[in-house]
Amino acid sequence: MRGFWRNFCRNRGAVVGLVILLLVIATAIAAPWLYPGSPWDMAGMPFAPPGEMGMMLGTDSLGRDVAAGIAHGARVSLLVGAVSTVVALVIGIGLGAIAGYLGGLADDLVMRFTEFFQTIPSFVLAILLVAIFTPTIGSIVFAIAVVSWPPVARVVRAEFLSLRSREFVQASEVLGKSRISIVFGDILPNALSPIVVLSSLMVASAILLESALSFLGLGDPNMMSWGFLIGSGRSVIRMAWWMSVFPGIAIFLTVLSLNLVGEGLSDALNPRLARNRGGKA
Amino acid sequence: MTRLLTVENLTVGLPAGADRPHAVEDVSLHLDAGEILCVVGESGSGKSITANTVMGLLPKGLPVKGGAITFEGEPLLGLSAEAMRSRRGRRMAMVFQEPMTALNPLMKVGDQIAEALAVHGKGAEAKARVPELLAAVNLPDPAAIARMHPFRLSGGQRQRVMIAMALALEPALLIADEPTTALDVTTQAQILRLIREIQQRRGMGVMFITHDFGVVAEIADRVAVMQRGRIVEQGTASEVLNAPRHPYTRTLISAVPHGRASDRAAIGPEPVLAMKGVTKTYQRGGWFGARAVVKAVHDADFTLNKGETLGLVGESGSGKSTLARCVVRLVEPEQGEILFHGANLRPLSRQGWLPYRKRIQMVFQDPYASLNPRRKVGDAITEGPVTHGVSPAEARQRALELLRLVKLDPSAMDRYPHEFSGGQRQRIGLARALAMQPELLIADEPVSALDVSVQAQVLDLLAEIRQRLGLTMLFITHDLRVAAQICDRIAVMQRGAIVELGPTAEVFGAPKHPYTRSLLDSIPGRGWTPPELAEIS
Repeated sequence: MRGFWRNFCRNRGAVVGLVILLLVIATAIAAPWLYPGSPWDMAGMPFAPPGEMGMMLGTDSLGRDVAAGIAHGARVSLLVGAVSTVVALVIGIGLGAIAGYLGGLADDLVMRFTEFFQTIPSFVLAILLVAIFTPTIGSIVFAIAVVSWPPVARVVRAEFLSLRSREFVQASEVLGKSRISIVFGDILPNALSPIVVLSSLMVASAILLESALSFLGLGDPNMMSWGFLIGSGRSVIRMAWWMSVFPGIAIFLTVLSLNLVGEGLSDALNPRLARNRGGKA
Repeated sequence: MTRLLTVENLTVGLPAGADRPHAVEDVSLHLDAGEILCVVGESGSGKSITANTVMGLLPKGLPVKGGAITFEGEPLLGLSAEAMRSRRGRRMAMVFQEPMTALNPLMKVGDQIAEALAVHGKGAEAKARVPELLAAVNLPDPAAIARMHPFRLSGGQRQRVMIAMALALEPALLIADEPTTALDVTTQAQILRLIREIQQRRGMGVMFITHDFGVVAEIADRVAVMQRGRIVEQGTASEVLNAPRHPYTRTLISAVPHGRASDRAAIGPEPVLAMKGVTKTYQRGGWFGARAVVKAVHDADFTLNKGETLGLVGESGSGKSTLARCVVRLVEPEQGEILFHGANLRPLSRQGWLPYRKRIQMVFQDPYASLNPRRKVGDAITEGPVTHGVSPAEARQRALELLRLVKLDPSAMDRYPHEFSGGQRQRIGLARALAMQPELLIADEPVSALDVSVQAQVLDLLAEIRQRLGLTMLFITHDLRVAAQICDRIAVMQRGAIVELGPTAEVFGAPKHPYTRSLLDSIPGRGWTPPELAEIS
């Protein structure tokens, strides 16, 4: 564990990313205390530029505080990112494990099914699913999970294929262990590193997807989110740039920090690869 | 004879945190033109580092701390990268261990040799020289081989191409770093003969790095023995091989499998395992297109009696591992009978197999891959019995006894595999198999990944345990000396079929099949019998 930290900290960018990510999470947690009351309520004069009327980041066309919107939106963005990633991981690991461990016909069937999902543009599919199931936070999470599990399944399958023929797995077979305990006890723990790295990047793309959906007006109408803020500011961007720019920066920083953390995790979990890449010692 | 290379008091440091301060310490050796010097040592002894320092190929982070290297009268250390480059290839060349990865897979073999010439400004001669060089390393039809990509060549052929490339500019010094370790014995014998022949024809000096004393006996004029970065003994081949002085050399040589069969109790005909007509074929190719069929094992018949050890020997790809894996159902054969105490195991389901899992166990080849890196040793040993209904407390108690039996400290229980050396891990693997209290033990090359001295310890341990527990054993190996030492009977496999089966003394003394004869002729150092050395206290 200590070695893991040392390797992680060797990548400066990853540490910066982690700090930003922790700030975003802190903001999300502290939102009800920082900005009590609903972010949908009018807080001041419409179109107040940043810094005026006590509004740090200005107000929107209905006089709502943009800063309050961003703080409350962080909760939705992070929640949707995390939950949809967990759901996608469950689907992806399950199917990938079946395909990689059993091989043969099961592998063929699962991988063709996976490819079927990969051939449909994921954003279009997500829009379609949300439109069919009516936009609620549940349907958004479901739609994002459904479009983002195929890469997980492919990674897990590849890891399982190579680990399955390793001697320690064969030794477990010879000991007579059940399939379930071989898959979860022997193979999965050794396949975790790429899954961890991939999932940090998936959280980032889930946040982007959620923002894109709410930008198009397909967000949960009861939840304040970053995509909605940008979407509502888009028509008045020349008059009130702050309405779109600040939520945009929030998305940018969060996604960037997740990518940096993902890269740091990848370096820390595969220290040999990181060193070969010529990283500074 | 002219002095070609002198290394004086060479010391190369290791990065901080390594197990010793210097990779190579105070190493002095010399090499004349027309001579083969073998540098022998176990893994980590610094033999490759010495060779790489001479070539100027030290990895970053290993600083040369002192000493001098003189090559053809000029000091080598401290030369600029450019000056080193002009000598490398032209005056000194190197052949590496792994022929499968040493060639560029996307370039034709002939072009790669031509490139070696072009780098040193002799590209114009390439057209004439390439076929000549390929012919010099005894490759058939040089013109055709020059047009092939590496994947179409076998390991032995690729190693010949590597040698041809090294010889392209007629270097005065050839450094060969374990060039035959990755090859089968018959191929190894050919490559050794080739290096010997070319060296004599051209009067080159060869520095040959190896861990195998058989190879040393085959090829060396002089020998330098390395241990933990130091040269402990140096002398002519016959001196070092037959009258070693240093205790370490003596331990190494007495650890070389002597190939003498030991006396064993007579074995009655009481079959534990009988294989009848077992066949396994692999099919490649998908839903569309033609299928390629490979017969991995066909019509394998043998019987294994109680208390007996049967050796399955053969070269890589002969199907010996596949056959052994058929017995424990890691591979499912499509034909034949696998009779264990008369019961046919082949048609059984996964569930039906469970009771037999306890009675048939396996030890694997690679000590680094056969233990789950994320599971403590104690858990690895107890999980088998626990799966079969033994209480965890009892399994733990038994695991402690087993650790004592395989001569490991009981504290090993709570440690992870990466904290152990290769030999220790192999003992853990053995303890894991024995925890099930099997009657039949299948050992798949259990010592081939280990250094000789460790190999001897593990073999002794196996022999002792087999005797004490009355185990029946199926022992797979490619090393005929090891087989001769440990097996009662031997089955020789070639291309998936058992071509000869008989008592060890008979197979070695009067081989019937031509393939067995060629295998026996290829044992490196067959003319040399390791001397019986008095035990050193």
